[in-house]
Amino acid sequence: MLLRDIRELLDAVVLAREQDMGMEIERAYCADLMSDVLAFSISNSLLITGLTNTQVIRTAEVATIKAIVFIQNKRPDILTISLADEKKIPLLVTNFSMFDTCGLLFEKGLRSCSDLEF
Amino acid sequence: MLSSEGVFFLTGKDFKNAGAASSSLKGILEGMGIPAATIRRVAIAAFEAEMNTIIYAVAGMMNYFITPEMIKIRIQDMGPGIPDIDQAMKEGYSTAPDYIREMGFGSGMGLPNIKRNADALTVNSIVGEGTTVEFFINLTPCD
Repeated sequence: MLLRDIRELLDAVVLAREQDMGMEIERAYCADLMSDVLAFSISNSLLITGLTNTQVIRTAEVATIKAIVFIQNKRPDILTISLADEKKIPLLVTNFSMFDTCGLLFEKGLRSCSDLEF
Repeated sequence: MLSSEGVFFLTGKDFKNAGAASSSLKGILEGMGIPAATIRRVAIAAFEAEMNTIIYAVAGMMNYFITPEMIKIRIQDMGPGIPDIDQAMKEGYSTAPDYIREMGFGSGMGLPNIKRNADALTVNSIVGEGTTVEFFINLTPCD
């Protein structure tokens, strides 16, 4: 699934790396606990979170997360956006809740970082 | 591949720069041509150890030693120490205050996450003096 399709589906606003909307996303992980992201996400996945501090970007960088969607219109500060831009990690923000965001993406075929088959 | 070693200094409660050392280390490993999957393991383990120092200690340092055979990371901190290391190694055990949890950390996954990514891990701690975490990741021939 292309990141631009995710943006459209979630009616999301792009906060960083607009030029990367052609990026392909195959897996997603959602959490507000960054240690869970570090433990259970896989490389090149999409992170869906309600946390907006700089540690989210640092976590995404070390866990090789491809892009981040912030839910419920939670917007990071300019330092966080700048760090994401520097690390080449696209940031999107949607008004949907965590549950609805995941549901919409799942319905369109995006799958989690687990090995479960649906 | 050439060998390399160096050190990063860490300041307790400096959340603005928390993760910067692990990020720099990741850049060094990428520059040395180490495979992405190995870099991810090193970076995650280093980041968890770095966050532990930032959260709990006054200060600390992260030493790295890279040879063609392995990567060794040693994080020494001047912190409160860990009274029961076995308990700290269990997923979910944490003494972190609420404001750390609000940052997405302090869920008791730090040391378990380091262990999960390392080929070998040792933790030594003296209460009232500090903690030293050292881990190795092998660079196997197929790497």
